[in-house]
Amino acid sequence: MDHSATTPVDPLVVDAMLPFFTEAFGNASSLHSFGTEAADALSLARKQVADAIGAHPEEIIFTSGGTESDNLAIRGVVPYNNGKKHVITSVIEHPAVLNTCAFLEELGHEVTYVPVDADGVVDMNILEKSIKENTALISVMHANNEVGTIQPIEKISKIAKENNIYFHTDAVQSVGKIPVNVDDLGVDMLSISSHKIHGPKGVGALYVRKGTNISPIVFGGNHEKGMRSGTENVSGIVGFAKAMELAVKLLDADSIHMTRMRDSLISRVFDTISDVRLNGHPSRRLPNNVNMSFKYVEGESMLMLLDMQGVAVSTGSACSSKSLKASHVLSALEIEDEFIHGSLRMSLGRENTMDDIDYVVDALQETIAKLRAMSPLAGK
Amino acid sequence: MYSKKVIEEFSNPANVGVIEDADGVGEIGSTIDGDIINISIKVKDNILEDVKFKTFGCVVAISTSSAVAKLAKGKTVDEAMALTNEDVINYLDGLPEGKDRCSGFALDALKMAIENYTHKSK
Repeated sequence: MDHSATTPVDPLVVDAMLPFFTEAFGNASSLHSFGTEAADALSLARKQVADAIGAHPEEIIFTSGGTESDNLAIRGVVPYNNGKKHVITSVIEHPAVLNTCAFLEELGHEVTYVPVDADGVVDMNILEKSIKENTALISVMHANNEVGTIQPIEKISKIAKENNIYFHTDAVQSVGKIPVNVDDLGVDMLSISSHKIHGPKGVGALYVRKGTNISPIVFGGNHEKGMRSGTENVSGIVGFAKAMELAVKLLDADSIHMTRMRDSLISRVFDTISDVRLNGHPSRRLPNNVNMSFKYVEGESMLMLLDMQGVAVSTGSACSSKSLKASHVLSALEIEDEFIHGSLRMSLGRENTMDDIDYVVDALQETIAKLRAMSPLAGK
Repeated sequence: MYSKKVIEEFSNPANVGVIEDADGVGEIGSTIDGDIINISIKVKDNILEDVKFKTFGCVVAISTSSAVAKLAKGKTVDEAMALTNEDVINYLDGLPEGKDRCSGFALDALKMAIENYTHKSK
């Protein structure tokens, strides 16, 4: 129930990767046959990833994952665009975007953080009004990792285009859950991570539309056409490409399956547990995301009791985070204090079943009853 | 990450509840902070005959509440007032780094309850 954190690697992905550890272990930069074999594998993988999102192979830069892709998109574009020093993003972005923006601010750039409504949708009026002469980039995530809200990317990309501003989206959570096509979305750059879609960890990609003025952030032997130096992670990239191929092939079946489980979980929790709220948008949300808050109980305590029953979830409560601050996403949604500490994110995956949902609903009832019996707030 | 003792106190806490005719009550925290601890005590012949707690909060808040109630029960008023945060943490075989922020809340609530009692009995 924590697939937005990570996923198990699909056995077909493992099979595709294995030869590249022992037999085809070559360095893609070498000119001999071992190297050529690796280079050919990279070309095929690049085509598979490109095809999966409707891009051209030369528009794919392989990276170490979603975080690096976000860094490259922002730090690679902003400082090098004719002195344009302004960036627009949203308050509910992943830390990979927020902390990169904060770093740019330290370097003297200006960043506007656009607020969201109570469902987590970016305020389009404020976004449009934030545009300035020197805006270099807009970066807004496709779907939120905590509450699953899907942003109006097509509308934002239209505005960006009209104003001649580059537009980047972090699609780490949306790939494999909803359709992701770079032309339909109209984006100039798009981040993808492998381990969220049943691929290996430590690999991902940044899509960069042809003609985008971008500079590398990692320098060295000019791999990836100079955009990302460092010997390519061939086995990882091959696995990632296989996972992308499967994600697209299984998209329709997966999203129907996950939507069914999601809606069943939400309605049964509402039916059986009192003082509950759904966080995020009621309909414009990822098929696999359930984020709910339970009054009078705290997130970390729920997480631990559920873990003891074999159910893995995550929470936006302060005590569970390293910073000891409640989730910036839930805070931005202006959720009341009584609810903000009792949030749980349950993110579904391909291999979950309706039986799992039954089990989770029972485990939740038990957990919340136990903690509410202990809570001085319940029953007051 | 948490010691076995913390998990034990958290998952099977003793002394949960509110003493109806309590001699002293202490409550600390707010929904903003995400921790509320209520401790009520029954005192007889200067001894904490009963200590009960109700806690809204994380694993540390619940396990320290349970530990404080156990440590204080049966002690004299002065002995209970002399309990330190270190005593609580030691009882729990330690707390993970960075998780000790709210470890003192339960003890504060206990001392508030004792002060409430001594104030009333004056």
